[in-house]
Amino acid sequence: MSGHSTYEPKTGIERWLDTRLPIVRLGWDSIVDYPTPKNLNYWWTFGGILAVCLGIQIVTGVVLAMHYVPHVDHAFASVERIMRDVNYGWLVRYMHANGASMFFIAVYIHMFRGLYYGSYKAPREVLWILGCIIYLLMMATAFMGYVLPWGQMSFHGAVVITNLFGALPIVGEAITTWLWGGFAVDNATLNRFFSLHFLLPFMIAGVVGLHIWALHVPGNNNPTGVNVQSKADTVPFHPYYTVKDGFAIVLFLILFATFLFYNPNALGHADNYIPANPLVTPAHIVPEWYFLPFYAILRAVPDKLGGVILMFGAIAVLFVLPWLDTSKVRSMRYRPTGKLYFMIFVVACLVLGYCGGQLPDNHVIPGLSTFILIDADLNSMVWLSRLATLYYFGYFLVILPLLGLTETPTAQPESISTPVLSHPAGMPAGAVAAPEKKG
Amino acid sequence: MWSRGLKPKGSLKVADTVVGENPDPHAAGEDPNRRDFIHIAAGAAAVGAVGALAWPFIDQMNPSADTLALASVEFDLSKVALGQQVTIKWRGKPLFIRKRTEAEIAAAVADDGANLPDPQTDEERHKPGKAEWMILIGACTHLGCVPTFAGGDYGGWFCPCHGSHYDTSGRIRRGPAPLNLAVPTYEFLSDTTVKVG
Repeated sequence: MSGHSTYEPKTGIERWLDTRLPIVRLGWDSIVDYPTPKNLNYWWTFGGILAVCLGIQIVTGVVLAMHYVPHVDHAFASVERIMRDVNYGWLVRYMHANGASMFFIAVYIHMFRGLYYGSYKAPREVLWILGCIIYLLMMATAFMGYVLPWGQMSFHGAVVITNLFGALPIVGEAITTWLWGGFAVDNATLNRFFSLHFLLPFMIAGVVGLHIWALHVPGNNNPTGVNVQSKADTVPFHPYYTVKDGFAIVLFLILFATFLFYNPNALGHADNYIPANPLVTPAHIVPEWYFLPFYAILRAVPDKLGGVILMFGAIAVLFVLPWLDTSKVRSMRYRPTGKLYFMIFVVACLVLGYCGGQLPDNHVIPGLSTFILIDADLNSMVWLSRLATLYYFGYFLVILPLLGLTETPTAQPESISTPVLSHPAGMPAGAVAAPEKKG
Repeated sequence: MWSRGLKPKGSLKVADTVVGENPDPHAAGEDPNRRDFIHIAAGAAAVGAVGALAWPFIDQMNPSADTLALASVEFDLSKVALGQQVTIKWRGKPLFIRKRTEAEIAAAVADDGANLPDPQTDEERHKPGKAEWMILIGACTHLGCVPTFAGGDYGGWFCPCHGSHYDTSGRIRRGPAPLNLAVPTYEFLSDTTVKVG
């Protein structure tokens, strides 16, 4: 999509089509002869993996919609019918349910990759923001999809999440009533969630198209973070990265299949096999694992509106990240101090995920009661969540802005090829090799 | 204003019919002309039409007439034993009907002067002379979970989702919930029948 097209139609029909709809040219320039940095490592394969995930979700989802009934009296039973009576229904439904988890595993790795290698920095800000929009749409889609089986977790998850909007002053109650289409989560809510759950994946597909477009204008970032300077720095996308991505996709599908065939309910919650009962909330209500870090942030704040603002703020801060990080160096490879803070950030996210799955008053160190600090024991999940939340926001709002001004980065290579070519004899020139410093 | 706009420099043709020349009157620093008027009028009509069409598509998501019609329920109070609670469904939400013991009422009244996040006396939360009947919407004011009966540090209700403690008057005492459990509109039709809504 950028630069000069190298496509030359060879047959008559290709020439005929090329002057009317140059779609073969678009494909050729995007995935065959697209010049790609030659040093991309396996962290870069998750874009392709995510495209596969989206495809699997759409295909299995369309099939499930052929059998699912979006009505409070029939939804739960229709899902059980898919599991027991529909031919291969169990397979399609487990693919869809576990596929959502796989999608989120891949997207989180993809996002951490971008954070580590500075893929959000100029000239890729729009690419990054489009990615954030995709992530938001994914969360909305996943949330509404989880409501559809109409089990206990579905129902009360929907109650809790829609009530978040009730925290808004003045308009809060009107908005929740509008979202529900009634005075509680009920049939109207289920119906509209089904409609939107069907729509949003196609909106995601549309934004993915923009995301790839915005990728192909500046071209890929790479592990060194150094700009591509000449043709010597790149290789054609095909066959080099079609094969590399293809191999990674196969490995990823093995992980997927392991969950799918050996432990399909490992990532779900048993309570969702109990039909929804609006009169009883499950004793331990938790969202799906991929929302746990945000759930922990919500619960870390003792104030309703404050918790909601911080939870949405945790996502909003990603949108402005390109302008928060003041460092001119993209890759953390050449930012030793930054790398350390980044690693702590990853740990903070994992800690938040862990806390989100625990009861707030649970002890972090079992059996040890320390003292009540303000409103909870210091040795509790609440205080651990608060610590990790503080670091999460501190990383974006304090560390990245200040660190870029104060740290001393190590020397970056002059070009992508330099670290390869300056290597002792024996390394073939132009090989896809990692520079001497592994990230 | 119009007459000035209709006289482009160096041409007898009116602006609307000039072909092959720059039709933008502002490029030459001239006043608005008929073309500007038509652009603004068409734009305003389009914005108005989109706005008028948007509202039905937004409002269709609000509660429908049949949902609004499910207004009130009647309940036979003789089903509730002293010290117990019955939960029924009203407008899709749980409704707590609790018959409080003397000790529970006394505990609630004794805390009228306590440091309450949402200050209300026990008297304000039940009908006059009907202190034993506590009728509340069973949705936690935090995020809408259903609090469990007789749980928590104050013997009223406890919300399992995020740990809000309510006392025997349904007032929030501790936890993230900002408000007391809501009291619905209700009236006693007789000593044993209550009508909610």
